[in-house]
Amino acid sequence: MTASVLPPRPDESELGPIGRGLQIVPNDGGAGWTLVAVIAALAFLAALAAGAAVQVASAAATWREAISHEATIQVKPDPGRDGEADLARAAELARETPGIRTARILSRDDAERLLEPWLGAGLDLSDLPVPRLIALELARDPKPDLSRLALRLKIDVPGSSLDDHSAWLSRLAAVTAGIVGFAISAVILVLGASAGAIGFATRGAVTGHRDVVEVLRLVGARDGFVAWLFAKRFARLGLLGGLIGSAAAAAALLGLALLSDNGASGGTGLIAALAPSPWTFAAMAAIAVADAAVAGAVAWTAVKRFLKVHR
Amino acid sequence: MNWDEATTAPSVVRLDGVGFRYGTGPEILSEVSLDLPPRSFHFLSGPSGAGKTTLIRLILLSVRPTSGELRLFGETTADLAGDRLTQFRRRMGVVFQDFRLLDHLTTYQNVALPLLVQGYEEATFRGEVVELLQWVGLGDRIGAMPPTLSGGEKQRAAIARALIARPELILADEPTGNVDPALARRLLHLFVELNRLGTSVILATHDVALMDQVEAGRLILLDGRLYHDP
Repeated sequence: MTASVLPPRPDESELGPIGRGLQIVPNDGGAGWTLVAVIAALAFLAALAAGAAVQVASAAATWREAISHEATIQVKPDPGRDGEADLARAAELARETPGIRTARILSRDDAERLLEPWLGAGLDLSDLPVPRLIALELARDPKPDLSRLALRLKIDVPGSSLDDHSAWLSRLAAVTAGIVGFAISAVILVLGASAGAIGFATRGAVTGHRDVVEVLRLVGARDGFVAWLFAKRFARLGLLGGLIGSAAAAAALLGLALLSDNGASGGTGLIAALAPSPWTFAAMAAIAVADAAVAGAVAWTAVKRFLKVHR
Repeated sequence: MNWDEATTAPSVVRLDGVGFRYGTGPEILSEVSLDLPPRSFHFLSGPSGAGKTTLIRLILLSVRPTSGELRLFGETTADLAGDRLTQFRRRMGVVFQDFRLLDHLTTYQNVALPLLVQGYEEATFRGEVVELLQWVGLGDRIGAMPPTLSGGEKQRAAIARALIARPELILADEPTGNVDPALARRLLHLFVELNRLGTSVILATHDVALMDQVEAGRLILLDGRLYHDP
């Protein structure tokens, strides 16, 4: 091949993309968009489940944090004892305990107000033996020895009891674990369904492009290279579907939060704890990434298996 | 040619009593034996349907013998799979009778495909691909898509694709079937030149006039059996 007999060098701007930009396996057009729609719908459900799990876990942590620095001493009225003296003694014992910052005796009016949600307002409760309460504020460090305080209360102030909310906290932990476990199961199931749809679509694509695959192999492409071409394409479709579904779920959650805010006059307490946090959106974005990873892995495996059978 | 090297080097293609049938169908190739030394040039001839394409596909490891043994480059090909199979294929270049160009890629991309799938960077082969395309007369069609190429242009693109990775063995199935006699001669001389440089060539054709232009061994397939016409 001598350059002197060759025609003038052609215009290389016509060469077209090669390397990274080259689409060696042609697009499937409509089939690809159908798969994106299916993945988006499944990702929507998975992102809602993941977002809800993060919300519940985060709210539970907030509640746990809030009440883990509080405890209550309850002194039941005893006709044979001086109730005010018992209250004072119980408060004194609490204040003597290292790690208890404050011990505030709630007045009888405060105690009666706490009963209003159950008994209604405007009732005269002066004849009823309403238990009296002492609100304790606990320090983070040193932590108070509440079991020792409970023992001393039992000895010095019979009829008193110490509630450190541990029963409520353990119920909260159980419910939170249940909800998170349920959400993780839902995410796994939905990702599994996505994997099934992607596997089906990959087998269709590789069969549809069998002629291209055969040419690639005959010109020296390794099976891994061919599988990588399909894996890249399906990972891209998975990411696109995942992003659409996750974005829709995030929008739905934000819409719900806005509605709740309006109804709760600024969103405090329970509603504030359920407002979406950056972690909620991170969990939803992770669903899109997981969709891409699952799509790529499933496509890779499906194509490798196809090539092994049709060698 | 270095005679000692040619006589001691293993055969490029060796078939011992090879038979082939699709499924439970009739035998397409029967008791085919063949021993092609390195740097040899052979025409593969025979009437349509005699099994020329099947024999080429067998050598290309696209299908497997149903009986007998096929050895390539001195090694057995039984149970070849995965990367090992790919290594064998990379030592061969093929020109299909139906071209097998990828319609969604330009002529340049089609010709560059063997180098691309082997992981070469474009910068290392761009000039070579363009020069080869010029040589086969497609210098002004490098950006054209195969559906817009004529039969002869497609054939030349397919030949360029088979040659670009400098294979040790070229299998060409009717590579001059769609070109005019002048271009057919030019393409034939390209194969002869490659053969002189050390590439073994098996060229399937039933163009007797073309075969008469080159002093080369002739393999003739008739009813699935192979005859040698030295």
